Amino acid sequence: MTDPRLLLLHPGDNVLVLRDQIAAGEVISVENRRVTVQAALGLGQKLARAPVAPGAQVIKYGAPIGRATAAIALGDHVHTHNLASDYTPTHARGGRIGSGT
Amino acid sequence: MRGWLRSDGRKGIRNVVAVAYLVECAHHVARQVAAVDPDAHVIGFPGCFPNPYAQRMMERLCTHPNVGAVLLVSLGCESFDRDRLRRVIAESGRAVELLVIQNEGGTRSTIAAGRDWVAARVADLAAAPTVPMTVSELVVGTVCGGSDGTSGLTGNPAAGIAFDRLVAAGATCIFEETGELIGCEAIMEARAATPELGAEIRRAVDKAARYYATLGYGSFAAGNADGGLTTIEEKSLGAYMKSGQSRISGLIKPGDIPPRGGLYLMDVVPDGEVRFGFPNISDNAEIVEMMASGAHVTLFVTGRGSVVGSALAPVIKIAANPHMYARLSEDMDVNAGRILTGDATLAEVGDEIVALVRAVAGGQQTASETLGHQEFILTYKSFEPIGPACLPV
Repeated sequence: MTDPRLLLLHPGDNVLVLRDQIAAGEVISVENRRVTVQAALGLGQKLARAPVAPGAQVIKYGAPIGRATAAIALGDHVHTHNLASDYTPTHARGGRIGSGT
Repeated sequence: MRGWLRSDGRKGIRNVVAVAYLVECAHHVARQVAAVDPDAHVIGFPGCFPNPYAQRMMERLCTHPNVGAVLLVSLGCESFDRDRLRRVIAESGRAVELLVIQNEGGTRSTIAAGRDWVAARVADLAAAPTVPMTVSELVVGTVCGGSDGTSGLTGNPAAGIAFDRLVAAGATCIFEETGELIGCEAIMEARAATPELGAEIRRAVDKAARYYATLGYGSFAAGNADGGLTTIEEKSLGAYMKSGQSRISGLIKPGDIPPRGGLYLMDVVPDGEVRFGFPNISDNAEIVEMMASGAHVTLFVTGRGSVVGSALAPVIKIAANPHMYARLSEDMDVNAGRILTGDATLAEVGDEIVALVRAVAGGQQTASETLGHQEFILTYKSFEPIGPACLPV
């Protein structure tokens, strides 16, 4: 089973999305495994539904949203520290797209 | 479901009188004419300078299947080609009248003449026969506006599931916002009916990226990361979810009528050099373009809480955020926020949206219709015609 606060958007996804807050140190179920959440996480954050090897695609909505920049274990928080865009490096136009302006 | 059969074979789910001003100078008179009858809807183009896009849009809107008759209100000296518009409407078999304020004796007499004409047409239309209509004859558009971090989690994917169900039933579904699909072009290309269509879709998104870059847009803000979004493609996918999973049957531009059922992407970014400013200056501009391509009803996903409806075609508002729904429930038709509170699944909300589309097509009023919303906006743009690869046979 998986904690009901985690939303699976597409059957092919390897991440789950929080629909509610999860406190630091909470032990929750992810795909029948017990994992400890390291830091407080809010609505919209992502946890790994399966391990992801460095360089492998992270899948959300059934589509790639970038590649792992480090090994991701089941239950890990997935965000800018371990996931990078496939898009920005190849499509940046004069630094304007994705520049955060 | 029932509809009003038009001479081009399309069927309307409403039967309204459009009161169309042909320059902003005639807007007040048009508004006063329509004010006394809820079945009279004001549309129009404010510009005095000619624009082929606006001409085409007005022709499409005045012959929209939900429109049964049209009153044109002209000041008299604007450059809009009113005779051509009147001819196009008359050739469609609809009742049409043209009032030129400068020839009618001014504001009061034009309003009086307009109200008499509209009242007679409303009575005619109320007695008009209906014919059976099926889901496969429906055209449904989707937009999102007033978005927040929940839109991509609940409302947009639920609308996408509804689109999948509707397309499977033979309906025509249209999604757009190519400027918010930057990063999705490879996935969309793979969903295209043919490789040539895929290449056209990729070009459309590349065009949007260039256009918005020229306007000084950045696509990914630091605040997006606070909401859990990591990459630009992740953000775009949230908007893209409205399209569902169906094969993409074609790429159209505003005013192009999809030739058959299926899922279509509308390219709303003007062609050529950047002119006339932002492609769509507010949400209703997008709804108007959907209607010009025949949309009978529009699904509008909102997180922050938009209250708008539209002239001519009903808008179904889908609340993505349960807290907003609690505050603005009178303006909302569907509470997709139940997905976040664990009270419904995406599939259940998707099914609810499909059921509501059928009910609204059958005559049930949406929240914005009940509240009298009839927003409409049309501004300057320029487009080249679509290429032959955009609508594979």
